Amino acid sequence: MNTNATVIDITIQAQDFDLAAEYEAMRHLSANPGAIAIFSGLVREIHGENADNHSTDQSLTLEHYPGMTEAALQNIVEQALQRWPLEACRVIHRVGKLLPGDQIVLVACSSAHRGAAFAATEFIMDYLKTSAPFWKKQVAGDSSEWVESRESDYTALDRWSEKDRWATKT
Amino acid sequence: MLTIHYFASVREALGLAGETLELPEGVSTAGELADYLAKRGDAWSLLTDQRQVLIAVNQSVADRNVPLGGQEEVAFFPPMTGG
Repeated sequence: MNTNATVIDITIQAQDFDLAAEYEAMRHLSANPGAIAIFSGLVREIHGENADNHSTDQSLTLEHYPGMTEAALQNIVEQALQRWPLEACRVIHRVGKLLPGDQIVLVACSSAHRGAAFAATEFIMDYLKTSAPFWKKQVAGDSSEWVESRESDYTALDRWSEKDRWATKT
Repeated sequence: MLTIHYFASVREALGLAGETLELPEGVSTAGELADYLAKRGDAWSLLTDQRQVLIAVNQSVADRNVPLGGQEEVAFFPPMTGG
């Protein structure tokens, strides 16, 4: 596959993004797309013992490591390109203060066929969670705490080591 | 000079976002730098906990045995929680 032809667009930004506009852009960035898979992640409201305040007081603050963040995301996308024949790949990750229901991350991949688009999108999300230097701080009322990394985020990576099961043969 | 950054919970625990430092005597790896900084006491000992603190050298996550020459950008931070 010719990975040089793939359009990669990675953005770290505070402002929101428009799914419809990103989808339109993907249609035109791709040479001859048969499939576009789009994942968007949202900020969830916290329930349970750590969230006895009203939801209106809840927020999430995203910190990152400028420079390394872009490099890490570029690296993850390039790994995806080694495995699937993508036409275009778009990643947006928001930073700063976010509220429950807000969009936080977008990953979109286009390819000739849906299998590669789905798989690459999921692969990029799985790696992004553990390999891109973002940190979430949860604020509820007067209390705040850093979100701890989850074991399940690391086990999600294991399936990608079963290369032959997912990689597209070309 | 080493350029050192501290992020997220590590920055808050140390009360410091970053500093520049001449490569200390006897320090030749990322892990040895963590050991050196940990000698400052109190919260600084956190830096030697490999489960809680990752090290990046020149913006790439590194093993503690990665060598330092003295001109690197080094960062200490907790496991990442993006997405």
